[in-house]
Amino acid sequence: MKPELRNSKDFLAGLLFLAIGAGAMVVARDYPFGTSIRMGSGYFPTVLGGILVLFGAFLMARGALSRQQATVTWGWKPLAYIVASMLVFGFLLPRLGLVPALAALFFAAAAGGREFFFKEVLALTAVMTAFTVGVFVYVLKLPFQLFPGLYFV
Amino acid sequence: MDVLANLALGFGVAFSLENLTYCLAGVALGTLVGVLPGISPLVTIGMLFPLTFTLPPIASLIMLAGIYYGAQYGGSTTSILVNLPGETASAITCLDGYQMARQGRAGPALAVAALASFLAGCVGTLLIALVGPPLGEWALAFGPWEYCALMLMGLVGSAVLAQGDAVKGLAMVALGLLLGLVGADVNSGQARYTFGVPELWDGIGFTVIAVGLFAVAEIVMNLESNEPRQVFTDKVPRLMPSRADLKDASWPAVRGTAVGALFGILPGTGPALSSFAAYMLEKKLARDPSRFGKGAIEGVAAPEAANNAAAQTGFIPMLTLGIPGSAVMALLAGAMIMQGLTPGPQVIAEKPELFWGIVASMWIGNLMLLVLNLPLVGLWVRLLRVPYRWLFPSIVMFCALGNYSVSNNPVDVYLCAGIGVLGYVLAKCECEPAPLLLGYVLGPLLEEHLRRAMLLARGDPMPFFTRPISLAFMIGTALVLAAVIAPALRGRGK
Repeated sequence: MKPELRNSKDFLAGLLFLAIGAGAMVVARDYPFGTSIRMGSGYFPTVLGGILVLFGAFLMARGALSRQQATVTWGWKPLAYIVASMLVFGFLLPRLGLVPALAALFFAAAAGGREFFFKEVLALTAVMTAFTVGVFVYVLKLPFQLFPGLYFV
Repeated sequence: MDVLANLALGFGVAFSLENLTYCLAGVALGTLVGVLPGISPLVTIGMLFPLTFTLPPIASLIMLAGIYYGAQYGGSTTSILVNLPGETASAITCLDGYQMARQGRAGPALAVAALASFLAGCVGTLLIALVGPPLGEWALAFGPWEYCALMLMGLVGSAVLAQGDAVKGLAMVALGLLLGLVGADVNSGQARYTFGVPELWDGIGFTVIAVGLFAVAEIVMNLESNEPRQVFTDKVPRLMPSRADLKDASWPAVRGTAVGALFGILPGTGPALSSFAAYMLEKKLARDPSRFGKGAIEGVAAPEAANNAAAQTGFIPMLTLGIPGSAVMALLAGAMIMQGLTPGPQVIAEKPELFWGIVASMWIGNLMLLVLNLPLVGLWVRLLRVPYRWLFPSIVMFCALGNYSVSNNPVDVYLCAGIGVLGYVLAKCECEPAPLLLGYVLGPLLEEHLRRAMLLARGDPMPFFTRPISLAFMIGTALVLAAVIAPALRGRGK
């Protein structure tokens, strides 16, 4: 693969669509296809997957053939921190409760920003945790445990 | 008159203390996110609607709708004062609005923007009240063919007319339709694309897609771009426009309203495109077009009227036909479904208090916005000082908490993070997320109606082209496609 092609917006989008469409078609082979009169559960996904493959192939070709490449610059660092903060939150909330989960989320997410000031993040965490507990747990009565074994009710 | 009786019913519903409170909360929140760049009304609605399940359907829809049209007001404030559009729909207002502010006429600019928005909001609401019921009645006669053809037109329109590349838009629609199929098939009970995850049996949650695609991807995009915040003055001198200002602004506001109302009903266009079109129209009609871009009051009145009118009339296809024309409408349709209501023509017939209550609340909401935006403008501007590094972790929190609380299950949060990665990659490749969301919402509906149509006609696709209404939608689809393909082919010929 030519180096500039690897970052071509058209080529990458096409590749992604092609892969997802092909994957969808392969998986849909396990579902009954049926006939045009009585469509099975595999009919619509197969057709959609086919359409996606066609669009993907078109975009890949357009990306490969065009002389002027619109290329991508990735920002993996903020993406990684934001995604990690959500995963950690989902993991901790049922195990350790809302307060530790929120603290982990705020510190992980804030670490993905351009600047990180420890005291500021701590204050933000405290304020937003108080707000969440007040509004969502106290007023809207969402059934979260705050700390392991500690419920509000 | 029937409309008056219905409006009376609606105002009766909307004037309850509870609904007034939620309306105020919605428009205030809408103004807030409209002022703050980097948080769109779409993201806000996506984050908040799982948290509104405990509310009655009317209250929750009144509030969510308020966020949407409230943001159209708020977006103009920052465009004028800071040259920083809070919303894409207000981007064009920067051109003349900010110039007016630099000439010391920020007050009249803000006032004209709010008044034009108010006028447009009133007209838009009235249009929903007048057009909605007959359209809904007409749609009750739709068979599966008409629905399929209408959805096809909506999907193709949203992909082709929206910003960005048409081919990518169409591919995003197909991807969205596929994502909408995940889960147990309604007809056969067959689990599709669940990969052994029991949580996927009910399909990928609506919030998961909306929040992941829009909020998570948007935050990451904001974090990697290095736009410095501009410094601004929060002093707004004389607020009221002069009589001459009002005279200059009134016809552009009326024309902007008309343009916006039309664009709002069309799928895929929405407030952003309508404000642009209204501005261009004024520039064409003006006796001295060179004034535009140098603080012409028409350049503020027309686009602000247009985006608000479009925000209102965008509700028409969603509330009467059940077919959302934009991503925000898709979200609101999703909110209705989660509340146990199926958006469509039967809503007006069976739940008149819901339809008319929402319509009436929009008028009240527009009045509230006028009050919120004019005297309190200084307060909103001060909020711009909140640095983004405080905002984005809080947004992430709402995203995660909102998804978790849908079914008290961490899997939804994990899925949302995954969709966020997908959304980020797609956004980086310049694929607009709105058509995907629309496809996702309409996917199961489209399959259902297609199956029914083929079964009823014994596998014969001809009824799509022989039934007059269906044929009209098909021709509409072909025209939309032709409008895009023709210039592309001509360009290649040269």
